[in-house]
Amino acid sequence: MMRFLLLFSRQGKLRLQKWFTPIPEREKKKIVRDMTTMVLARKPRSCNFLHWKDLKIVYKRYASLYFCCGLDAEENELIALEMLHRYVELLDKYFGNVCELDIIFNFEKAYFILDEFLLGGEIQETSKQVVSRAIEASDMLQEVRCCPVGTDLRSVFPSS
Amino acid sequence: MSPSVRLQEMIRVIRGARTQGEERGVIQRECAAIRAQFRQADNGTRSHNLAKLLYVHMLGYPAHFGQMECVRLIASPRYNEKRVGYLGAMMLLDEKQDASLLITNSIKNDLSHNSQYVQSLALCTLACMGSAEMCRDLAPEIDRLLRASNSYIKKKAALCAVHIVRKVPDLGELFTPAARSLLCEKNHGVLHGAVVLITELCERNPDTLEQFRKVVPELVQIMKGLVMSGYSPEHNVAGISDPFLQVRILRLLRILGRNNDTASDAMNDLLAQVATNTDSSKTAGSAVLYETVLTVMDIKSESGLRVLAVNILGRFLLNNDRNIRYISMTSLQKIVQTDHNAVQRHRGTIVDCLKDQDASVKRRALELSLALVSAVNIRSLMKELLLFLSSCPPELRAHTTSGIFNAAERYAPSQRWHIDTILHVLTTAGGDVRDETVPNLIQLITTATELHCYTVHKLYRALITDISVQSLVQVACWCIGEYGDLLLRGECEETEPVQVTEDDVLDALETVLQSHMSSPATRGFALTATMKLSTRITHNVDRIRSIVSIYGSCIDVELQQRAVEYNALFKKYDHMRYRGSVCGAPSVIAKLPEYLLGGSGEPVPSSGLSHTVPGPATSTSGGDLLDLLGGLDVSPGE
Repeated sequence: MMRFLLLFSRQGKLRLQKWFTPIPEREKKKIVRDMTTMVLARKPRSCNFLHWKDLKIVYKRYASLYFCCGLDAEENELIALEMLHRYVELLDKYFGNVCELDIIFNFEKAYFILDEFLLGGEIQETSKQVVSRAIEASDMLQEVRCCPVGTDLRSVFPSS
Repeated sequence: MSPSVRLQEMIRVIRGARTQGEERGVIQRECAAIRAQFRQADNGTRSHNLAKLLYVHMLGYPAHFGQMECVRLIASPRYNEKRVGYLGAMMLLDEKQDASLLITNSIKNDLSHNSQYVQSLALCTLACMGSAEMCRDLAPEIDRLLRASNSYIKKKAALCAVHIVRKVPDLGELFTPAARSLLCEKNHGVLHGAVVLITELCERNPDTLEQFRKVVPELVQIMKGLVMSGYSPEHNVAGISDPFLQVRILRLLRILGRNNDTASDAMNDLLAQVATNTDSSKTAGSAVLYETVLTVMDIKSESGLRVLAVNILGRFLLNNDRNIRYISMTSLQKIVQTDHNAVQRHRGTIVDCLKDQDASVKRRALELSLALVSAVNIRSLMKELLLFLSSCPPELRAHTTSGIFNAAERYAPSQRWHIDTILHVLTTAGGDVRDETVPNLIQLITTATELHCYTVHKLYRALITDISVQSLVQVACWCIGEYGDLLLRGECEETEPVQVTEDDVLDALETVLQSHMSSPATRGFALTATMKLSTRITHNVDRIRSIVSIYGSCIDVELQQRAVEYNALFKKYDHMRYRGSVCGAPSVIAKLPEYLLGGSGEPVPSSGLSHTVPGPATSTSGGDLLDLLGGLDVSPGE
């Protein structure tokens, strides 16, 4: 399974952190420090895989953001790269030409999208369209702020 | 202003802060405002305030006062509040906090909510931070959802069940029937979840594993469908149909086929098909091939299939993509013991990877090269390893030197080659060798009796070139002390002899003694060597005596002690000097290598002057050594 997923900038500023196992706050901070130090020290055309303690670390840089995940030792590194790429594609579909600023100012959305793609450290949906549709539907539900969930939306939007 | 903009406004203000102090100030103000808002009655902005707090938390500031707010928001009937509440719970709470117990009831209710998006929030949170008690509490609910719900919920319930099984393995039995029936689903999300769940169940329970071996044919069918299917836009990644699902199925097949002939047979054809038909020009295809190879090598596959798998790895070694070269080597490392000959065929490419720019690839190539050393290839492979050593990154040097020494020890074709190799390593990377190298090398030299002349000449040359590498200098001093007469004789068969006088040799030793670069242990070696030469040279004994007496008042206690003892040998016990004390005692060295480790230079108490001084050892603890040399029939130095 994936143990954690971190997004950070080239200056080492954290933009997203998702932890899939219970870890004390202090240790989380240490892991973030270790990851940013290790990954930012890598030369440009290096291999995207690292070893850290008993975990495999897979990272990929997309423009100004580093996507870095920690995996159990039996995971497939190449498919993990594809996983990171899929997440970026989902963000891109949602925000339209996503950039780091989108993720900074809409960090909750980034988490919501992640939570439709991964669950408990594993992939929950392999189809891009299904994930995108689920996010859209959830957003629609959220728009209807005043109504408790379960309200028949037709009574609110009679024309739709 | 709509509250959502207020969140973004806050983010903008925080980012605009020019110093850390300014940022702290802004955040303190915001947190105070948020705290105040939390205390007020519901005013429609709770979710946005929590979102602001979560942002602040991500910057590294404390946010524990938001925990109860998460609990409250989760219980709200409004979707937007629940959504942020659950997000907050996943970020601020974990199973160790007391507050997390309070949300169990909300999760339970939301799992049966009539909106699937609310159910989804509950499932996600449970799978992310559910404690063992929560899992035990809610497991029956999850099982119900696994059986009767739509595919959107089923896929999430499956992964939730995986989390539950990880937390409370006994509950695996509860989910086994549902997991089995999920394999009949067509939806890829559900299938993926089912495969992950079955994998988890099989890994934890051997009986369950036995049960699920029966579904191998079904899994093979599903894989065949994926591999042979035409283009499917929904799941296509670079020409591969749902590589994520393919990889998981292959992993499950690996677990089911391990140590079981029937299961392995049933999947043999499929694996051959995937291995041959998968297009590996992009990462997705390579990922599937990689998983296939791992499966083939782990189950009881036919030899033809194994050869195919190793060849795929060999092809990966030549791939332009560094990542693929890297994983190829990690895989080859796993099978180098069991399929040694197959991997040997790719030795050339592996050795080439030693020259790769990437540090990770270099490290892998080193490990693999060391594993591939054999009696047959030792000479050529060692050349490559020594070449690698001269330019390898500093963090790999220690590992490389010890790997080279081990290989040399096991497969050295001749003693001379062995000595040459060790000397080469010491010259190139003498600072990165283990402490035992010096005594080991001394022992090796001692036993190679025909090579004493050759060795002392080589070491003398090395010594006068460079005295900075302590290990090399120590061995050189010892050798000169031991075989200095061979050096002075000026003739040697194996190599061009040096023409030196006794003064030249003593000059070299004195340089070591006086140099700032020499460690205390090295000085010890040099002093002892000087002393030993007094029995092997004829003209300059006085010079030696004066060197020794100078060091009688040296600040270094260790050296002083030696010098004083040697001095005494000159004065009171001169008649003993030849007969045994400073002659080399190879048997002692062989038996007590730890005495040669005087690297720390710590003085070891000696029990007086009547004991012998074996070679380069630090001062001995008298009693022990006396016993061994009780016979004292050592002949004068060679």
